[in-house]
Amino acid sequence: MRKFFAACLVVALLAGVAFADDDVIKVGVFNCLTGQNAFGGQLELEGTQLAHSLMPEILGKKVELVIVDNKSDKVEAANAVTRLIENDKVNAIIGTYGSSLAMAGGEVAEKAGIPVIGTSCTNPLVTEGKKYYFRVCFIDPFQGAGAATYAFRNLGLKKAATLVDMSNDYSVGLGKFFRDSYKKMGGEIVANLFYQSGDTDFTAQLTELIAKQPDIVFLPAYFAEGAIVLKQAKELGANFRFIGADAMDNPEIVTLGGDAVEGFMHTTFAYDPSMQEMNETAAKFTEEWRKVHPDKDPNVNSALGYDCYVMLKDAIERAGSAEPEKIRDALETTKDLPTVTGITTINATHDAEKEMGIVEIRGGKKTFLGLVKPEV
Amino acid sequence: MSLNIFVQHVINALSLGSLYGLVAVGYTMVYGILRLINFAHGDIFMLGAYFVYFATIVYKLPWAVGVVIAIILTTVCGLLVDRIAYKPLRNAPRISALISAIGVSFFIENFAVVVFTGMPRPVVQPPILMQPITLSSGVRLIPLGILVPVVAFVLVGALMWLLYRTKPGLAMRAISFDIETTRMLGVSVNKIIALAFGLGSALAAVAGILWALRYPRVEPFMGMTPGIKAFIAAVFGGIGSVPGAMIGGLILGFVEIMSVAFFPNLSGYKDAFAFLILILILLFRPAGLLGERLEDKI
Repeated sequence: MRKFFAACLVVALLAGVAFADDDVIKVGVFNCLTGQNAFGGQLELEGTQLAHSLMPEILGKKVELVIVDNKSDKVEAANAVTRLIENDKVNAIIGTYGSSLAMAGGEVAEKAGIPVIGTSCTNPLVTEGKKYYFRVCFIDPFQGAGAATYAFRNLGLKKAATLVDMSNDYSVGLGKFFRDSYKKMGGEIVANLFYQSGDTDFTAQLTELIAKQPDIVFLPAYFAEGAIVLKQAKELGANFRFIGADAMDNPEIVTLGGDAVEGFMHTTFAYDPSMQEMNETAAKFTEEWRKVHPDKDPNVNSALGYDCYVMLKDAIERAGSAEPEKIRDALETTKDLPTVTGITTINATHDAEKEMGIVEIRGGKKTFLGLVKPEV
Repeated sequence: MSLNIFVQHVINALSLGSLYGLVAVGYTMVYGILRLINFAHGDIFMLGAYFVYFATIVYKLPWAVGVVIAIILTTVCGLLVDRIAYKPLRNAPRISALISAIGVSFFIENFAVVVFTGMPRPVVQPPILMQPITLSSGVRLIPLGILVPVVAFVLVGALMWLLYRTKPGLAMRAISFDIETTRMLGVSVNKIIALAFGLGSALAAVAGILWALRYPRVEPFMGMTPGIKAFIAAVFGGIGSVPGAMIGGLILGFVEIMSVAFFPNLSGYKDAFAFLILILILLFRPAGLLGERLEDKI
C-alpha cells in the first residue's frame, strides 16, 4: 500500500514538473518583504509585478511569478532561493535588495545553475566569480567613472583631485574608478588625498588641495563627513568645485552643511519621477505605476524591479527558450537594452553599464542636471 | 610648499592642537588628584556640545546664553558622575574606579543614542566668528581659528593660577600627594575633589562647544576620538601635569597636520604618525615630557 502511494506521489510530481516546463515560465522573485530592508524590497517587488502585469507572456507562454520573502536575513535568503529552485522549479530568479542577501542567495543559485538578476545589490562581490548572477544596477565604484566623465566632458575641467576615506571600501573603489577614467580621457590628477571614517578635521588635506589648485575634487564620502568637508573647504576659501556619489544623496547634507553645500554635485541612478526628459520606457513605467499606485510615487527601486523583468524577458526572447542555461547565455550578451534606468549593457563582470544621473544642490534642493554615459 | 600654505597649516595645527590640549587638561587634572583616568571625560565633552545644540537650535536661545547654560548643565553632569560612580569607590582599588569610569562612558554614549538618536545634528555658528579675514600674504583666517587657541590658553592659564596661587588649588595638590594626611589637616577632601570634577567638566564643556564650532556636527560618539587623542596628549605631556597636557595636545595637533602637509600621499595614516611619535617619546621619557620622575625605591 505504502509503495502504491509513493508511486502515485512520484507520478504526480513528475507530471507537475512536466507541466511547468511545457506551459508556463516560472520566475522566482526573492526579495525582502519584511525586516529592516522591507521598504526597498517591497518597492522592487511592486516594480517587478507591474512589469509582469504589462507583459504577462513571453514567447507565447504564460509567465508565473513565484514570490518568496527573504525576511532581510542572510539565512532566510539562502532558504528562499533553495525553495524556489527545489520546490517551485523556477526557470530564473529576480532579486534582491541588499548585497549581503544577494550573496547568500547567489551561492545556492550558482550550485543549482539557475540564472539570477539582482535588483539593487551594488556591491561588486555579488557577481564576482559568479557564472549565474547578473544585475540590472551598476556597481558602486562605477559611479566614480560617471563623476569623472561629467567633470571632464560636460564641465570641461582638466585638473582633478580625489579625497578618499581610506578605511571604507566604497570610497576607495569609487576613487580608483574616478582616477582611472579621468586619466584615460586625458585629464590630470593633481592630488590624491585620504582621511579615515570618523575624522572631523580635514583642514590639512584641504589646505594641501588648495595648494595643488585642482578645478574639481572628487569626494566619495558619506554625508556626515562630506558635509563637514564642504564646510571647512568654504572656511578655508577653496575655489574648486566638489563632486560626490550616492552616499551623499541625503537631505541631511543641507541641514549639516548649510550654504557650504550649494553647488555640490553628485551622481545618482538615472531615474527620478521628477525628471524633465524621460526616456520612452521610463515615461511608460511612470504612467502605468501611477495608474496602479495613485497614492505612491515610483522611485529608483521600483524602476529597478521593473527593469529586471524587462531584462529577463529580453534574454528569454533572444534565447528562444526558457531553459535556465540558455537564459544565462543570453543574459550575458545583453546589449543596448532600453530600460527605465537607461540603456543597459551587461559587461564581463555581469554588471550593468548604463547612464547615470548628475544632481546639483541649488537653493538647498536637489536639481537634476542631466545624464552622463560613463567612460570606463 | 609655499610660505602662505605653510602658515595656513600652522594655523590649522594650532587650532586642532589647542583643542586636544584643552580636553587633555581635564584628564590630567583628575588623574593628578585621584590617580583615576576619567574615561567619561570625552562623553562629558559630547554632552556640552549637545546642550548648546538644544539651547540654540531647539529652544532658539541666543548663542551666548546657550553656551552659558550648556557649561552649567555639563558641570552638573560631571558632578553627578563623580557622586554616583566614583565617590562610593574612593577607597576601593584603583582598577575598580577605572572600570566604573569605562562603564559611565558607555552608559552616557548609549543613553545619548537613545535620547538624541544617532543622527548627526547641525551647529549654530555665530556669523561674526566665521567672517573670513585674508591676510596680505594670502593666508585666510576665520576669527574662530584665533578664538580657539586664545580661549584654550586663557583657560589653562587660569587653571594654573588656581592650582598654584589659591587655597583650593593648594588643597588639590595636597590631595594628590596624600589624601589621608590632607583630610587629617582639616581639608574637606570630598568637596575639593568635587571642585576638581566640576572644573574638569566645565573645561570639557568649553572644549566640546569649541570643537562643535570648528567641526560643525554633533553626534553621540563625537567624544570618543577626541577623548582618546586627548588622553594620549595627556600621557605624552606627562600625565598629572597641566602645562604638559597643553604641550602634548599642541604637539599631537602639529604632528597630525604636518604629516599630511609633508607626506600628502600618506594622509590617511596621520593617526599612525601621531602614535609612532608617542611611542618614541615614551621609550625615551617613560613619564612623558613634563611628567614627574618616579624615584626607584631601593
